[in-house]
Amino acid sequence: MSTQVLFGQLLVGLINGSFYALLALGFAIIFGLLGIINVAQGTFYMIGAFGGWMLLNYAGIGYWPALILAPLIAGVIGMALEKTLISRMYKLDHIYGLLLTYGLMMFIMGAFIWFYATAPRPYPVPPELGGGYNLGFMFLPKYRAWVVVVSVVFCFATWFVIEKTSVGRNLRAATENPMLTRAFGINVPALLTFGFGVGVALAGLAGVLAGPIKNVTPLMGGELVIVVFAIVVVGGMQSILGAIITGLSLGVLEGLTKVFYARGSDMVIFVVMVIVLLVKPAGLFGKEK
Amino acid sequence: MADALSLSIKDLQAFYGDSHVLHGVSLDVAAGEVVTIIGRNGAGKTTTLRAVMGMLERRTGSITLGGKEVIGAAPERIARLGVAYVPEERGIYATLDVTENLMLPRKVNDRGMSLERIYKLFPNLYERRGSQGTRLSGGEQQMLAIARVLRTGASLFLLDEPTEGLAPVIVQQIGAAIELMKQEGHTILLVEQNFRFATRIADRHYVMERGRIIDQIPRAEIAARESQIQQYLGI
Repeated sequence: MSTQVLFGQLLVGLINGSFYALLALGFAIIFGLLGIINVAQGTFYMIGAFGGWMLLNYAGIGYWPALILAPLIAGVIGMALEKTLISRMYKLDHIYGLLLTYGLMMFIMGAFIWFYATAPRPYPVPPELGGGYNLGFMFLPKYRAWVVVVSVVFCFATWFVIEKTSVGRNLRAATENPMLTRAFGINVPALLTFGFGVGVALAGLAGVLAGPIKNVTPLMGGELVIVVFAIVVVGGMQSILGAIITGLSLGVLEGLTKVFYARGSDMVIFVVMVIVLLVKPAGLFGKEK
Repeated sequence: MADALSLSIKDLQAFYGDSHVLHGVSLDVAAGEVVTIIGRNGAGKTTTLRAVMGMLERRTGSITLGGKEVIGAAPERIARLGVAYVPEERGIYATLDVTENLMLPRKVNDRGMSLERIYKLFPNLYERRGSQGTRLSGGEQQMLAIARVLRTGASLFLLDEPTEGLAPVIVQQIGAAIELMKQEGHTILLVEQNFRFATRIADRHYVMERGRIIDQIPRAEIAARESQIQQYLGI
């Protein structure tokens, strides 16, 4: 096997891992704060990608503004859904939130298929990021390097905000004891809406980044969310750092499996999930109850 | 001196799920007054404080703060009117360190204590400022729970058994902090099982039993009614 193939798959793994990390991070924030298992996380990834495609094709707005706008659009849609529908689930068992977001996923995906069918739509790589670097042992396309860098930066920026700032402090307090946090004058319901918006905006960001690499189609989020779910379980359902590290590393593991045992690459993440559930049910970074 | 808030509760009914916990509680705390609610476990003392704080789903009757009706208000709104709450279980956050626990409650105005002053008052907390909140000892957690509400500039304090299960030396320190709040003219509604502690600082006592206020004892009558009080508390 050539090093070209090895590093090529490593890069593919890192890119997938970047998307996993962004989606899993959003998922963990939403689950921790709202207690909602957001099955529609992949849908917001698709909305981000489609948002970018629509901005370009209907409004002539290019990649760079879309990188900001599409996640914002996903976030605003998310906040509207939280206010109108998801907030009604908080007093119920987790399963109701899961069912509601599952329904939302099917509805939104169905609506996109109705209007756009499932044929993939290409999204061009922005000219500034065309071409690549010849590293000797492999060819590194600029755009792919960019995706990894942006994802990692956003993941760790989000982690920093949650762990080190006053907004993050309020979010952590609201996650741990919502009622008492309200009694300290903090508007927790507004914070929940905001948290949901941030969580889905991260998925939207992954979607815009994915546009030029993966084709834009209404189906793109559906498969991804199952992998993301496994990653969140491995990392620990509420763990922010766990979601980021597990997302990136399982993406790489998946890429490496393609090199060494291609047939196993689709299931390796789930095998890891099963092992982790058996050995450490709260997840690698989760706290045992 | 701060403009302390007065509290007036009239015919308060409160429920936990299907169980009816408060049956028409009425009490008044004047601005700057220190009042305790005493009574046995399960009498409804904690529920009364939680109802004032807006933390119960179902409550009816009237609760006014400085004349303003808040029976239907959300907890964050009540807090922003200048009410501070120290819960019985202390409510220290495990995911926040000591300083973050202190900084969490939203400031109501600029009349509260500075962080430096709070740390001067509670040197133990300063030493452990970077520790996870729940790593502190029980006494330190109670100090933190009280210290936490001194920063906000609130003027009505609801304190739920601040001395419960603490060593005498720590009770003294907590007592000094409450004394300080009183001197600054704040209004305090205190739930306390430790009657000796309560009599030292309170102007008046309400006695609660089975979700009702059954008696009221002014400071001057405490000595004369000692045996009756002991009976109320089941000592």
